[in-house]
Amino acid sequence: MIFPALFFYLFAGVCIAAAVMVIAARNPVHSVLFLILAFVNAAALFVLLGAEFLAMILIIVYVGAVLVLFLFVVMMLDVDFAQLRQGFMQYLPIGAFLGAILLIELVLVLVSWTIGPDVQRTITTPIPPIASTVNAEALGHVLYTRYVYFFQAAGVVLLVAMIGAIVLTLRHKPHVKRQNIAEQVARTKATAIDLVKVRPGQGL
Amino acid sequence: MTIGLGHYLTVAAILFTIGIFGIFLNRKNVIIILMSIELILLAVNVNLVAFSAFLGDLVGQIYALLVLTVAAAEAAIGLAILVAYYRNRGSIAVEDINLMKG
Repeated sequence: MIFPALFFYLFAGVCIAAAVMVIAARNPVHSVLFLILAFVNAAALFVLLGAEFLAMILIIVYVGAVLVLFLFVVMMLDVDFAQLRQGFMQYLPIGAFLGAILLIELVLVLVSWTIGPDVQRTITTPIPPIASTVNAEALGHVLYTRYVYFFQAAGVVLLVAMIGAIVLTLRHKPHVKRQNIAEQVARTKATAIDLVKVRPGQGL
Repeated sequence: MTIGLGHYLTVAAILFTIGIFGIFLNRKNVIIILMSIELILLAVNVNLVAFSAFLGDLVGQIYALLVLTVAAAEAAIGLAILVAYYRNRGSIAVEDINLMKG
């Protein structure tokens, strides 16, 4: 079958091209949009690998929440991005040099790598055949039993992140009038009305 | 022409390199640096899922799920720090972040 290979090259090519545009685009809004494109194509690669649940999580959580948050922040901050791009060419040689070294190292690892002979024996939770159990169900069977503490720890991480983000960005402006319900309920006739005897010709 | 593990690892390696390159290239713009970190974490996830699929072990996908969680938390906290910093200083240029002279 040629179709899986065709789709792999399509998704991988678009993903890498979008990733290049993320770091090369002039406008950060365009960068975020290209990042969304890269993530959607990575999710398509996950589908090709048979990890449908992670692909959907990537689209829903990442594209739906995190990248929209990025977009929101980029649009909210009124920053002169042209000024931030000064020095782009200045860092290009050193960045290209280090990137090339890293890529060469990764390629050297890639061409010389083999899977050890005893790896197959260390597999603890084999992927069940897709005909009997779908990916999400199989993940759930493992995640909620053997890895339930990791699941809880992930929840704690998200809780701490949520509290931290709220604490960092919450701000009470001093001149905003707010409704204080306890104060309103505690009002009585005695505290609300103040009778003043006004003498004629003098005013208050 | 079958797509093997090496193809996916190549894609992940290229994505990782682009992420590192982006950090060096956009030294002044914190938002692009955060996006580059997201790219790096995406490359790690592609690696984990590819090994999980080709070795037939489900634990790699669970690990990728945890990486996604931490990445989401990191993005939220990073952007919150960015917003707080912008409110105080009116700028997000990286070379201005030297108050502590560290």
